[in-house]
Amino acid sequence: MNATGTVPIRVTVNGEPYERSVEARLLLSDFLRHELGLSGTHVGCEHGVCGACTVLLDGEPVRACLVFAVQADGASIGTVEGLASKDGLHPLQAAFKEAHGLQCGFCTPGILMTMVAFLDEVPEPTEFQIREALSGNLCRCTGYQKIVEAVEAAAADLRGIS
Amino acid sequence: MSSRYFGARIRRNEDEALLTGRASFVDDVQLPGTLHAAFVRSDLAHGLVRAVDPAPALERPGVVGVFTAADLGEYWQPGPLLVPPAPIEGLTFEARTQVPLARDKVRHVGEPIAVVVAESRYVAEDAAEDVIVDLEPLDAVVDVRAALADGAPLIHEDLGSNLAAHAVQTKGDYDAARAAADVLLARDFSYDRGVSGAMENRGVLAHWDERSSQLTIWDTTQAPIPIRNGLAAMLGLSESQVRVVAPFIGGGFGPKIMMFYPDEVLLPWISMRLGRPVKWIEDRFENFFSTTQERGQVHEAEIALRGDGRILGVKDVFVHDTGAYNPYGLTLPINTQCTLLGPYDLPNYYSEFRVAFTNRPIVTPIRGAGRQQGVFVMERLLDLAARELGLDRAEIRRRNFLSPDAFPHDHEILFQDFAPLVYDSGDYEPALDKAIELIGYEPAGTTPSDPAGGRPAEEGADRDGASRRTRLRGTGIVSYIEGTGIGPYEGARVRVEASGKVCLVTGVGTQGQGHFTSFAQIVADQLGVDVTDVRVVTGDTREFHWGTGTFASRGAVVAGNACHAAAVAVREKILRKASEILEVAEEDLELAEGVVTVQGAPDLSIGLGELALRSNPLRGAVQPGTEPGLEATAYFGPQRGATASGVHAMIVSVDPLTAMVEIERYVVVHDCGTVINPLIVEGQIHGGVAHGIGNAFYEELDCDSEGQLHNASLMDYLLPTATDVPPIQTAHIETPSPLNPLGIKGVGEAGAIPVAALFVQAVEDALKEWAPGLEIRDIPLSPNRLFALIEKARAGGGEEGP
Repeated sequence: MNATGTVPIRVTVNGEPYERSVEARLLLSDFLRHELGLSGTHVGCEHGVCGACTVLLDGEPVRACLVFAVQADGASIGTVEGLASKDGLHPLQAAFKEAHGLQCGFCTPGILMTMVAFLDEVPEPTEFQIREALSGNLCRCTGYQKIVEAVEAAAADLRGIS
Repeated sequence: MSSRYFGARIRRNEDEALLTGRASFVDDVQLPGTLHAAFVRSDLAHGLVRAVDPAPALERPGVVGVFTAADLGEYWQPGPLLVPPAPIEGLTFEARTQVPLARDKVRHVGEPIAVVVAESRYVAEDAAEDVIVDLEPLDAVVDVRAALADGAPLIHEDLGSNLAAHAVQTKGDYDAARAAADVLLARDFSYDRGVSGAMENRGVLAHWDERSSQLTIWDTTQAPIPIRNGLAAMLGLSESQVRVVAPFIGGGFGPKIMMFYPDEVLLPWISMRLGRPVKWIEDRFENFFSTTQERGQVHEAEIALRGDGRILGVKDVFVHDTGAYNPYGLTLPINTQCTLLGPYDLPNYYSEFRVAFTNRPIVTPIRGAGRQQGVFVMERLLDLAARELGLDRAEIRRRNFLSPDAFPHDHEILFQDFAPLVYDSGDYEPALDKAIELIGYEPAGTTPSDPAGGRPAEEGADRDGASRRTRLRGTGIVSYIEGTGIGPYEGARVRVEASGKVCLVTGVGTQGQGHFTSFAQIVADQLGVDVTDVRVVTGDTREFHWGTGTFASRGAVVAGNACHAAAVAVREKILRKASEILEVAEEDLELAEGVVTVQGAPDLSIGLGELALRSNPLRGAVQPGTEPGLEATAYFGPQRGATASGVHAMIVSVDPLTAMVEIERYVVVHDCGTVINPLIVEGQIHGGVAHGIGNAFYEELDCDSEGQLHNASLMDYLLPTATDVPPIQTAHIETPSPLNPLGIKGVGEAGAIPVAALFVQAVEDALKEWAPGLEIRDIPLSPNRLFALIEKARAGGGEEGP
């Protein structure tokens, strides 16, 4: 900790390096949203249940509201802003649009990040596996059905069979 | 005009912004110099405010101000009565609306007492802990019946009781029906509270700009225009000085329209006082106290029937819990009263309600808005009657349906919009038949026993591949109606721009319903442009001055028809102008793909962009009686609400030993009139059903007799997850509404309304042999509660009468 009571940290977010000095108690979710202006990561509960703030921390999905920014020092972070490329939407994003897998869209970034990691691990999931993998992300709008359909379609697309 | 988009499964225009994290929600708006607010809230449900000392908080570095009721001076006023009571004969009604900050008394846990403003939210929350609040505890009253008992603690002392309203609406003569009945069944029912559970909590960012004398407020509201009007009046500003923006909103479901929440009143005032932007974002814990809730009612109901199952009449007497204040008037109990009638020919009805103040957070509509409770009572009565008369559950409904030639059908009582409850159109039997077909329901009596009901589900593998004990399977089927799309009006402005693209502006707010697409579809069809070339602007009072808001399943019905009317007017302007320029009669023109062409002369054409430019010339004069540009504004106000309807069916399997319930299949056959976009309608229904499943089995506010909530987190208040909600199959029946040109009925709330009634019916069916006589009369159910009911029924105590 330095004289101002803050802690210097270095992180890489979506491939971009950042250096900041932050309060030790600053949540990673608030750091991303308010310090870096990456407001695509949403905060729905601040106690790790709703999953809206899910980001990838060195490739692993984590709740950014349960991680302090200082804990991410030296880490590589992936957020929803990094999913699409110059060539267009990530297959998951495209599938969500195609299947109407989002309504208000508030929970969507967290679901996308959770599913990116999930499909990485389970490229050929069953419907039940998808539902289980989704069960840590709350959505009040969709009833999940079209999210499940979107993930099924994205899985097929990522396997190159669509 | 050919319809290319209306009725088609169009992908949404708004999705890309939401999927890439670019879409801006209220908390995403960052202004330099923003201060952050945190509230000091009551930790008692009922108490006298003896003293509030902000001094310790003010000493904390980073704190800019602390405000209490005393600091507000004349700005401290109870909120407006949002909806005045309907003109029901003999009605008594007392309005006691919420205040910005508690001054003399606190009336529910979480009622704001002071607001702390600091350089960061972290500091503001620390400082809120520093404020010293001295409350003198008073006895709290939490139970809605107890609130009306003699000697109950008084929440608003000047009233002399906790009675907020009393009303009776009748149709026919229930006593005569009762006297003529072959069967009478009477029971008590209850339906408890829940939260709306929008994933985005509420929030307000207010920015007073001294130089331009402009106040801008970003607000998670479903009603930006009324908020603008009200704040301008309260703050002594012109409406032109106040801009309210409801940007992307992370779900509404009703409670995001409650004029005015204390925060909505306070933040603009503080910003004007401090000259800096001030932001407050509700956290999830606060949300369980500071955002409105719904559904607490207790009913005593009786049904009178003929031996053949025809309903002669229903009597229902209920108490509605409005919480500590009642800013929403009587909307909820009237919805309950009206929706109970359902799709049935019900000639005699006596409905009486009392509304009680309690020491709990304020009650205003949540998705369904009082309708769930009415449907629950009616459907339960029919289930009991079917059992009593040995009739099939689907058949007793069929025998009582209004016939297709009964419309318009006048129920002779007043609806929440003050108009008589008149059903515009409907056809209920085809929906029942379709639901029976899709769920595979076989009526009792056609086989020795209902093949699904009470019989074991297949043993062996579960969905997750794990082995399991025998479960008992049951089927449920219920029907309901929903009054939707009420007035007073909404407006829209359609403009063709010089690019040839179209801008559509409307005053309603949008919270995920797909308005950026469905409204664009309506306009694109009229103007012959691509649906992605219609840019929809909603929820910004600078863009459109008039409107009410998004509630009562009315966005598509009311604003949708306003969009249509404005587009029709612009289409006329396009054809008139093109006819002048091309020197061809309007009848010979075609408008498609952004170009006006002449039939039979494909070389003769003019694009919409060119037409827009030439309608707004830099030289010459606009002719008298015409207006520049290809633009029109139109309003639509339905004379009364459109009546949507539906039948839901489900198959559950119940583990009789643990009382865990799994929903195996779910079918919705619904009628929302003409469908603008089936994809969006399905999404609305799926979400509604999931919400209903939560209300039926998972969601419960565990509030003790002191008014303390024991489960104010999403860890303990269970919103349904992807493994709790089954695949939902939908089918449409279409009886267009004659009350609007597009024939639309609302659908936003439909999915949620009958789920609890359906759920308990299916569970009873599953357990009819294991626990004979089991009656479920209280919502929410839970595995614990169901377990207790099973035990009681098996001990022979299931068939307790009233």
